[in-house]
Amino acid sequence: MGDMNTIGVSVKRKEDYRFLTGAGNYTDDVTLPHQSYACFVRSPHAHAKIKGIKKDKALRAPGVLAIYTGEDWAAAKVGGLPCGWLITDVHGQPMKEPLHPCLAQGKANHVGDQIAVVIAETYNQARDAAELVEVDYAVLPAVVDVASALKQGAPQIHEAAPGNTCYVWALGDKGATDKAFASAAHVTKLEFINNRLVPNAIEPRAVNASYARHDESYTLYVANQNPHVERLLMTAFVLGLPEQKVRVIAPDVGGGFGSKIYLYAEDVVLTWASKRVNRPIKWTAERSESFVSDAHGRDHATTAELALDKDGKFLALRVHTKAAMGAYLSTFGSCVPTILYATLLAGQYTTPAIYAEVTAVFTNTVPVDAYRGAGRPEATYVVERLVETAAREMKIDPAEIRRRNFIKTFPYQTPVALQYDIGDYEATLAEAMKLADVAGFPARRAEAAKRGKKRGLGYSCYIEACGIAPSAVAGALGARAGLFEAGEIRVHPTGKVTVFTGSHSHGQGHETTFAQVVASRLGIPVDDVDVVHGDTGRVLFGMGTYGSRSLAVGGTAIVKALDKVVNKGKKIAAHLLEASDTDIEFKDGQFKVAGTDKAVPFGSVALTAYVPHNYPHDKLEPGLNEQAFYDPSNFTFPAGSHICEVEIDPDTGITRIVNFTAVDDFGNIVNPMIVEGQVHGGLTQGIGQALTEACVYDKESGQLLTGSYLDYCMPRADDVPSYKVGTKVTACTHNPLGVKGCGEAGAIGAPPALINAITDALGIREIEMPATPERVWRAANKKA
Amino acid sequence: MHAFNYQHPKSVADAAAALSKGGDAKLLAGGQSLVAAMKLRLAAPTDLIDLSGIKELAGIKVEGAGITIGAMTRHAEVARSEEVRAKIPALAGLAGGIGDRMVRNMGTLGGSLAHNDPVADYPAAVLGLNATVNTNKRKIAADDFFKGMFETALQTGEIIVSVSFPVPKRAAYIKFRNPASRYAIVGVLAAETGSGVRVAVTGAASSVFRVAAMEKALAAKWSPDAVAGISVPSAGLNSDMHASAEYRAHLVTVMARRAVEAAK
Repeated sequence: MGDMNTIGVSVKRKEDYRFLTGAGNYTDDVTLPHQSYACFVRSPHAHAKIKGIKKDKALRAPGVLAIYTGEDWAAAKVGGLPCGWLITDVHGQPMKEPLHPCLAQGKANHVGDQIAVVIAETYNQARDAAELVEVDYAVLPAVVDVASALKQGAPQIHEAAPGNTCYVWALGDKGATDKAFASAAHVTKLEFINNRLVPNAIEPRAVNASYARHDESYTLYVANQNPHVERLLMTAFVLGLPEQKVRVIAPDVGGGFGSKIYLYAEDVVLTWASKRVNRPIKWTAERSESFVSDAHGRDHATTAELALDKDGKFLALRVHTKAAMGAYLSTFGSCVPTILYATLLAGQYTTPAIYAEVTAVFTNTVPVDAYRGAGRPEATYVVERLVETAAREMKIDPAEIRRRNFIKTFPYQTPVALQYDIGDYEATLAEAMKLADVAGFPARRAEAAKRGKKRGLGYSCYIEACGIAPSAVAGALGARAGLFEAGEIRVHPTGKVTVFTGSHSHGQGHETTFAQVVASRLGIPVDDVDVVHGDTGRVLFGMGTYGSRSLAVGGTAIVKALDKVVNKGKKIAAHLLEASDTDIEFKDGQFKVAGTDKAVPFGSVALTAYVPHNYPHDKLEPGLNEQAFYDPSNFTFPAGSHICEVEIDPDTGITRIVNFTAVDDFGNIVNPMIVEGQVHGGLTQGIGQALTEACVYDKESGQLLTGSYLDYCMPRADDVPSYKVGTKVTACTHNPLGVKGCGEAGAIGAPPALINAITDALGIREIEMPATPERVWRAANKKA
Repeated sequence: MHAFNYQHPKSVADAAAALSKGGDAKLLAGGQSLVAAMKLRLAAPTDLIDLSGIKELAGIKVEGAGITIGAMTRHAEVARSEEVRAKIPALAGLAGGIGDRMVRNMGTLGGSLAHNDPVADYPAAVLGLNATVNTNKRKIAADDFFKGMFETALQTGEIIVSVSFPVPKRAAYIKFRNPASRYAIVGVLAAETGSGVRVAVTGAASSVFRVAAMEKALAAKWSPDAVAGISVPSAGLNSDMHASAEYRAHLVTVMARRAVEAAK
């Protein structure tokens, strides 16, 4: 039975057959009896007073069932959307939380802000009628970037947030940091923008909400990464519905990258309206709607300085960041540029003093929230751009300067709150340098120069904090929710197993990875294990999937439940084998009396639990079904080294990535193929940020100029190379699987590696992301 | 998309008659621009006259010293045509580089020319190869056909039937793609034809145009160096977030040089 252990084996994904044959079941695939459809009227203006809304013409249009506006919303006395993380500012005051209405209350604050909803028999009828809703706008001046929003006299977005400021927050020892700078042999300073990104999951957001009069319950199908959190936020904070009366189902979900974590207005409005019209209502975003209504990512303006001694030892790091919140606080918008950003500024290094100050700013743009990496890509960009630039300025090899500063003993307490449990940064760097053939780079550069091309090499040694999070720590930092995970193992009488997990797979392959964990522990085939997720009606509870937490936290909850199953199984086996509980050991699917050949297989124990004719009824309940909740004791700290090699055509400014190497330490690995896929996807998204993806708002009008794929450039297969990936393992010390998480690493590590390579190729200090052909051409030809 | 009447005529004459019947009727060729605009509700014709059933608009014929291509010929058919590949490889290559696979399997030569999108590829081929546009009413020389952004010499009720391309002595088309849309930011077709050297530029301005200075230099000597020092003025060129007018002007020279090199 030993071959049932598939940990470390690239088992083909169980879910792929249905995805590849079109049998996936996404929210838009769900059509209910008496289905109706919604279309949202959205603001065409970035900032405008709503003087009046006339809906009579639209109400007379064919098929229209109802139209609701902000007035109806206010009259029904329903609340605004909550923010899930309270940040306390430098003066000990709570952050400013202006109303985040589900339907605009007299004012539109970004292009795409929802003004009204039209519900009709068909989607086309709803859309036709939406064009007949007459909204009288008085356009106001708009502000779309953080620097302008903080200026005196800037347009004010919320009365509750004077100066468009949500909070000014700080972390670290300012005095010690300033002191270190004062005596430093060298200071490297950079100012840059971490560019705003549009998430672009392949499946647009979708909602199908219905109300059942017979038991006064609601069912909400929604493309979402954490259905229990969605339900909790909606029932407790917005609609005031009994939580047990709402079932949230997130069926197959086609990508999230963070953008489907949040409670969105559309979800709430449809749930609320489904009772009013007494019909199921469906809404699926059109792609152009996704651009102006899915929470965006990044959007930081940063000044960062690194102080070094004469040998290139880091003495201190000082960072000032202005972070856009967009027009409203999205569900976790407030914690991304603080808790998930400043705490990562130590990187892989022993920098003794760090101080970071973050100003969160409202702008007339789509709200900003976590997007693959969430704060950690921004932190890594700060650290790794500074380190590489400092090395060049001090004429120290960029790999060598990193080695001189690596953390080498663990656990390591950083000056910015986190305690790293384990890692081996020299090992990942050395392996990456070998795979990338750094030694052969000078020859390749010379050969390229002969062809008139410029080659460059850039490093990035990142760290991330995953497996969020110890609830107590998160709570102390302002989280308004716990961050544990729940799991349930249901062993059926035939010995087959259904796993219920609070994690949610929207591309990560949990149905396979989790099945491997369970099958390996129970000594049964992977095909005997099914994984159920994404349904509050079937799964006991869950905090969902984000921050590369599923295996580390959700997987551990499953392991804890498995331990209970095995313990109960031992008692049943002891009864069957007429031995003592403590003499039973479980291995390779067999319950054995230690030191004998007396054994009973797992399947027999399962059957006995459900057909308890010969059973210790005085000591045990029948059945074999166990649940567990797991709250981690620390974050996990995946880390790695990325090396990017580019070749630039100075005539056109086109950058070709000729080589990209990533060596990561994700702790133990369950399914190497899935991990590699996650790395490839993450790297491609990171390369997208650095090379192609520009989210551009017009400074005057506040219009989103990159509102479709004609202008917003997603990376394509031919933009990226065949990646060279490798892994090194230091097992996480505080979860039983020894795993850390791999989902975001690529998006975190790639941007600075790529920009470091481009600046190396061109012999320049800085280039703005994305490094578009024209920007590169200008830099290569010293044009302003 | 708004509702519309769908018509499926079997001859050019019937199509022209349907077009003249009033209402806001539009000819539907491959639909790769029109249908997208209709889906976004930017276009809402009352009638769509589908040209796909008209036999006289289809096909690729070698005629004398040239190739005549029916207006409804799909880009993919031009790209893989043995005749076009043998006689005008630059044209086959250009067609094979338009849009993506779906666009090439649906989009047509006539549709692209009638639309005259400033960033389309075919206008560079027609102007650069000195082709003739044959309509149901007359023959229009390439130099007279393109009038401006989305504007052509086509009159109301006039339908492109085919395009006649003379076989050049040598020609090549090189394109710098918009990274997002993959349309031409600058595309240059350089050709030595029976009627002289022609350099046609698409993507850079409101409509396709020729560069007389480059043509003159190449007529004197067909060499990449001949055009390397010739630049077009940036004034009047397109300028957007992807490429400033200055960058486009620079790219015209680079693409022209590379086209000449490729057409050695």
